[in-house]
Amino acid sequence: MLTYLFKRLLEIVPTLLGITLISFFIIHLAPGKPTDIFTELNPRITPEARERLEKLYHLDKPVIVQYGLWIKKLARFDFGESFSSDHRPVIEKIWNSKKPLIERRLFVTFMINFLSMIVILLVALPLGIFSATHQNSLWDKVATTTVFIGFAVPSFWLALLLMILFGVELNWLPISQLKSMGYASLPFWSKVWDLTKHLMLPIFVSAFTGLAFDSRIMRSSMLEVIRQDFVTVARAKGLPERLVIYRHAFRNALLPIITLMGLSVGGLIGGSVIFENIFGIPGMGQLFYWSVMTRDYPTVMGILTIGAFLTLFGNLMADIGYMLADPRIRAK
Amino acid sequence: MRNTLTALAILSVAIFAFGCKGGPGAGGQESLNKAAGPPAYGDALIEGTIGEPTILIPMLSGDAASQDVAGLIFNGLVKYDTDLSIIGDLAESWDISKDGLTITFHLRKGVRWTDGKEFTAEDVKFGFDTITDKKTLTAYSEDFLQVKKAEVLDRYTFRVTYGKPYAPALASWGNLVVLPKHLLEGKDLTKGEFGRDPVGMGPYKLATWVPGQELTLESNHDYFAGRPYIDRFIYRIIPDTATMFLELQTGGVDMMGLNPIQYTKQTESEYFKNNFQKFRYPQFVYTYLGFNLKHPFFQDRRVRQAIAYAIDKKEIIDVVLFGLGSSATGPYVPHTWPYNPDVKKYPYDPARAKALLREAGWKDTDGDGILDKDGRPFRFTILTNMGNTLRMNTATIIQWRLAKVGIKVDIKVLEWSTFVNEFIDKRRFEAVILGWQISPDPDQYDIWYSKKTKEKEFNFVSYSNPEVDALLEKGRRTYNIEERKKAYFRIQEVLAEDLPYVFLYVPDATPIVNARFKGIRPSPIGITYNLPKWYVPGELQRHHLVP
Repeated sequence: MLTYLFKRLLEIVPTLLGITLISFFIIHLAPGKPTDIFTELNPRITPEARERLEKLYHLDKPVIVQYGLWIKKLARFDFGESFSSDHRPVIEKIWNSKKPLIERRLFVTFMINFLSMIVILLVALPLGIFSATHQNSLWDKVATTTVFIGFAVPSFWLALLLMILFGVELNWLPISQLKSMGYASLPFWSKVWDLTKHLMLPIFVSAFTGLAFDSRIMRSSMLEVIRQDFVTVARAKGLPERLVIYRHAFRNALLPIITLMGLSVGGLIGGSVIFENIFGIPGMGQLFYWSVMTRDYPTVMGILTIGAFLTLFGNLMADIGYMLADPRIRAK
Repeated sequence: MRNTLTALAILSVAIFAFGCKGGPGAGGQESLNKAAGPPAYGDALIEGTIGEPTILIPMLSGDAASQDVAGLIFNGLVKYDTDLSIIGDLAESWDISKDGLTITFHLRKGVRWTDGKEFTAEDVKFGFDTITDKKTLTAYSEDFLQVKKAEVLDRYTFRVTYGKPYAPALASWGNLVVLPKHLLEGKDLTKGEFGRDPVGMGPYKLATWVPGQELTLESNHDYFAGRPYIDRFIYRIIPDTATMFLELQTGGVDMMGLNPIQYTKQTESEYFKNNFQKFRYPQFVYTYLGFNLKHPFFQDRRVRQAIAYAIDKKEIIDVVLFGLGSSATGPYVPHTWPYNPDVKKYPYDPARAKALLREAGWKDTDGDGILDKDGRPFRFTILTNMGNTLRMNTATIIQWRLAKVGIKVDIKVLEWSTFVNEFIDKRRFEAVILGWQISPDPDQYDIWYSKKTKEKEFNFVSYSNPEVDALLEKGRRTYNIEERKKAYFRIQEVLAEDLPYVFLYVPDATPIVNARFKGIRPSPIGITYNLPKWYVPGELQRHHLVP
């Protein structure tokens, strides 16, 4: 088993390299340059000044050379300096170790995704089990319809409607961002409450729109399991239905969910780009959006690399979880 | 599936029913607009912005957000007055030598950086040396490279000498070049912390900067023009404009720019009238239809004039901008000193357009509805850039109007970089719809001078008129505002006659500000120029600092 794990870990390296190579070329294929913000159709800049700027950013070199320069730095765990006019190291933008945890972008994105994953699991699993045990009943249909509405509704639209309802009309919740203005001077528990209020809408939106997958998979895998022989045996033993479902069937039905969780890491990071912009949350998704718009290549690459790493890591974790949960795989 | 749709419909109806109520406190409450008290210190102004500043050093920043905030932290030697004339800021006065080659600035005495050190001529020289340094990553060095010699005469006197008289140069001594020498000497400006923790001498100083969230500026009590009334200026970053508009209604934002729908429709309720003040003034931008003057169709001036007559500018403004703009007659903003109101205008007149085209030899000989000449139909393509709906809609309206006089127009929308690099720079276009940002200085040498037609230069329509060349040269070589005015007035007359562009419209800026802020004096250069003089009367103040 250890050899298997070791092999999987080694595989991550070439996969990650492949991902960075492809990403690097794709973002350079998109028209536009980081220097455009200064130079395009700006009568105050001379062609010499433009060339000078491009040289400083190494944009005059072929893309493959630029990739070489980038990878050389990456080997030393250095993501380079941002091309935006502040020229800060990319890593400082994503994970500023001088600031409190809540002001580090990677942490914010990670926290929100983690919380929404927990909410999804807490709601989707019981919902899936319920739908399976009450298959084709009215409540099954209601549950199915609800999760599909969540799946189909555009998250930005739902977010705006909820902001109007809870923020403007009822005035219960703040509309955007992560903290209120006087946050720094609040006592600890007020800070926690302030954060919680700000996180309610974003986490609700991201969880509600992400319920469908987990609850549907839970439902179908449960349906499959309760038709198997060992469940019949358990029932024949005279065990109460509650124990049959939750002790025997549930554990077995959980296996596909583990895989799904590992795979969904990438999707969650992608989704962050959208709702961090709507809610004005200072996370990695927001930074990614701005960096793409200004063609800030080092920052874009930094975030992509971290995202790719987290996705691969998520998959690995899912494999390990699978092994722990399923003795059949462990035996192989 | 039908269930889903019904449920969705119910959900949205429910929420929209709430949404139409008109916001909290509608009616009932006494209008904030009427109440006005004496100026008082205190309160905070929260401006919403979609982008975060990157660096608060004016000479290094390229984006509008950075320049907005840096503008409150740094002052320059000179600044624009509300009528666009140049007045002193950190310089009390200046002398220009008779030959127009040297400018001697006499600086204000007793101005202090917010760390307590006095501001002197050495700081100006230091800023000048930095911006002209090849290693400095700046896009604004051009004006300063014209300087032959820069010298510090004494603590409060700074002199620059130019190779040729260069009128736009005076305005360049704004806030780009003033940096605290005692803090930055011998340091790498781009690498240091100064850009995120600057020390200036302007009305505000940076207190905190929470990335992705907000920048808080505190008033500078030591400000040489007097302590600003509003204690804190908060720049809140909300990337989505719909979200920002909701924040405006709940008090999370006091000031933001509105889009045309928000300005004309969504802010017309009683609630908005009582709690907010809206402003409207022309932006320093114009949109035009430019012709490639090398193209055989457009070499004849009568054809260009005919096209101008065939386009209804008012219709474009009403449809595309919801009426929030004015028709452009030349390359300057209405109500500013270089703007000449008495130039040839082209009211919508299709009959006149047809007559002019006939005169130029264009007739519909084969009866297909499209004019032709020497067997060639009058058909051309308008190019414009992707992502700008205003321009695309404008193109569509022009296409429809020109079809009525027998000209067939195709529209091609291109991604910005491709558009500039492959079509504008290589002159592969027949006509374009584009816009120019207008600098407050009227010098437009780079756009109209007949020799500025090389690749990457800006006279890409290849306009050439010796009279305009001479006037452009004259306008930038004298500091006398009356003489400059004469030159630029005449240029506008010639341009209106020659029509290298059909000048279409100048869109309006439409900001909204919470009504508790008083002392706002709208002017041609906008509303924020006198921000330090804005105030909130004592009883209306909303934000108080917790000690």
